Amino acid sequence: MFNASDLRKGLKIEIDGQPYAITDFTFTKPGKGQSIYTCKMKNMINGSTLTRQYRSNDKMDKPQLEQVKLQYSYQDGDDYVFMNDDYEQVSVSSDALGNAVNFLVEDMTVEILYHNDKPIAVELPIFIEKEIVYTEPGARGNTATNVLKPAKIDTGFEIQVPIFINQGDIVKIDTRTGEYVERVATA
Amino acid sequence: MSEGGSRRSDVLRLRSGVLQAIRSFFVERDYIEVETPVRLPAPALELHIDAEPSGDWWLRTSPELHLKRLLAAGHSRIFELGPCFRKAERGTLHRPEFTMLEWYRGDADYHDTLAETRDLVIHVATEVLGVARIQRNGTAVDLSADWVVSTVADAFTSHAGWDPVSEYDADRFDLDLVGRVEPALPDHLPAVLMDYPVEAAALARCRPGPPAVAERWELYIAGLELANAFGELTDPVEQRLRFTECSEARKRAKKEVYPLDEPFLEALESGVKPCSGVALGVDRLVMLLGDFSDIGDVRAF
Repeated sequence: MFNASDLRKGLKIEIDGQPYAITDFTFTKPGKGQSIYTCKMKNMINGSTLTRQYRSNDKMDKPQLEQVKLQYSYQDGDDYVFMNDDYEQVSVSSDALGNAVNFLVEDMTVEILYHNDKPIAVELPIFIEKEIVYTEPGARGNTATNVLKPAKIDTGFEIQVPIFINQGDIVKIDTRTGEYVERVATA
Repeated sequence: MSEGGSRRSDVLRLRSGVLQAIRSFFVERDYIEVETPVRLPAPALELHIDAEPSGDWWLRTSPELHLKRLLAAGHSRIFELGPCFRKAERGTLHRPEFTMLEWYRGDADYHDTLAETRDLVIHVATEVLGVARIQRNGTAVDLSADWVVSTVADAFTSHAGWDPVSEYDADRFDLDLVGRVEPALPDHLPAVLMDYPVEAAALARCRPGPPAVAERWELYIAGLELANAFGELTDPVEQRLRFTECSEARKRAKKEVYPLDEPFLEALESGVKPCSGVALGVDRLVMLLGDFSDIGDVRAF
């Protein structure tokens, strides 16, 4: 349990069985009145936001959260198989991984956040390198970076790349936005 | 010097100007500046204000009780500027140590001290800024316009949908005050909430009803709570009863209980004329005049 005096930005608390991260915190104390702790928070599973006010005597539940480092091995149907530090295989469903499935690369280390032993969030390396498996041929010599065209990577995910990128090129992608960053190698 | 550093030296200059302007205002009005003890054997009893221990004694949470003893001794216009301490109060508007201005006037009621507070705020702003107008979060606030005064009953009925004066609910009062009423106060004019539920004013005189209310007002400028005033309770029997009730309430809330300030109660017994007093947060006044959002920005340390 947490007390009101523990509340601060970044603290994670549990409300109705859901984990919330406090994104904004203010302490107010109206003249002669009791302390009011106003917390804006974000549901760590579905991203919805909530504002709650607490008083000094209120108690907050502590969510059971665990961050685990895993290494990606392979896809097995709808499941993705990872290896933990003890070389044990751990299966995570595509539902829990969300958009992250588009950017998995073999042997990549990811951090998975578990809430009550259920995976709720995946943290990938910010940049990954992927091969372009299909894109329309670009105009040779066109080095403009502001003209974009669609291109597929090996997971089937489509990104927007500059016109000069060719099939077989290796590109760097920002996993937070799914945007092309730069070309790493040419085919 | 870095930009942050020069803003820092500007704020100390502003702060110094505010302190000088406060003093000149009261001296012109025939007040005397007094100094009362900071370390006390019996800090004022309030349910939600906790004193910082200092050895076997405590640091003052306000100079109120000693200033009233000076009123009982026959001084009728007094003010004090100095540090006060409140345990575990820390936020963008709170510091455990802060600077308080308190002044008391005999033969004045809480309407008189409200008018005087308006004069003070206009005087200080004019002295340090050259105009009685400030900028707060991009909005101009005209300090010399008519202040918006509403009763607590009206403000709560309009913005929170209930009247705490006719039926008081302590928990709901504080939550709705912070969550509904304060956010609805005007941001371009000073606003005053007046006539509190008797339960929400430990040291105020009650005006018999109906409805019975405590003679208390709170001043907000651009939504920032700046000053609190009472038509002071001077009845020693009633005061002892309220202190005793407050001690019981603190005990029930598992809070530290402070001894009763007997010399203060004796002073009331000797007779204090009707009077009104105001407590004003000096740090917050500097925040308003300099458009700072964090109290830490306006203190040297």
